[in-house]
Amino acid sequence: MQIFTIIKYEDMIKKMTDVCVYVLNQDSAYDFYTKKLGFTVKADVPMGPDTRWLTVTPPEQPELEITLFPVQAGKMFNEKTVETMKELIRNGTFGPGIFSCTDIYATYEELKTKGVEFIKPPTKEFWGTEALFKDDSGNWFSLQQQS
Amino acid sequence: MENNGEYPKMYLYKRVVQAKLFIDDHYADKIDLDNIADEACFSKYHFIRLFKNIYGNTPHQYLTAVRIEKATLLLQEAMPVSEVCLAVGFETLSAFGGLFKRATGFSPSAFLEKQRQMRIEILQEPLKFIPACFIYQHGLDENSNFEIAG
Repeated sequence: MQIFTIIKYEDMIKKMTDVCVYVLNQDSAYDFYTKKLGFTVKADVPMGPDTRWLTVTPPEQPELEITLFPVQAGKMFNEKTVETMKELIRNGTFGPGIFSCTDIYATYEELKTKGVEFIKPPTKEFWGTEALFKDDSGNWFSLQQQS
Repeated sequence: MENNGEYPKMYLYKRVVQAKLFIDDHYADKIDLDNIADEACFSKYHFIRLFKNIYGNTPHQYLTAVRIEKATLLLQEAMPVSEVCLAVGFETLSAFGGLFKRATGFSPSAFLEKQRQMRIEILQEPLKFIPACFIYQHGLDENSNFEIAG
């Protein structure tokens, strides 16, 4: 019985390694995520004239690659879908995730100084302190303080 | 940073954050951390304590980390080791080499060579660096001149 349990857990999902954030412009996203958020470029591979394979990682989480993927027509999306997605991204429809930091007020001050747009300043909620900011495309993220 | 349940003293944060951004912008210069504390209107020890409370490192440790990080970026761009050393603000190659190896596990020259090999590999087999599921779902192999490696 114990052997069965071990096998069962070994077969389960362990962690997330890659996540995709759709962006309107990869060059602009590169600047935003590296120069403003301070993320590290993990892969930057040319993929032809208009696109590149671009992934970044949060400073203390090198094992999680965030792919900054351009919304382009191709096998995955047709032209109409691309236009719809771009509009949704611009309008702040998507909130791809939550970032954590050790001191939310200092992080807020620094990002604000660097020109990051906040749609909610650090606010005490019943679960902790949270702020919301947007990337250069319009995707919004939650910023939370580690307890 | 403790705020006793009240809205934190934002001016305090602003001054420490400005000092941190000053290091970010001037890491290549000879930075006198005493001067930074003066500019932030703190005593040296009060400044170091506040900085460490917020960022987990002393200003000096943070400055070294920024220099090492910038050095890795310049080495990725194939800048020679001796030029990188000066460009990021280290005064001697031995100090640079020792701190770089402690932080990255590689000597600067070994890191430079590793990056050179990676650039060649990226040019020769670009799709090797992309998860196969993305290649398939987005038809990247069809939209480019690249072939899937291996």
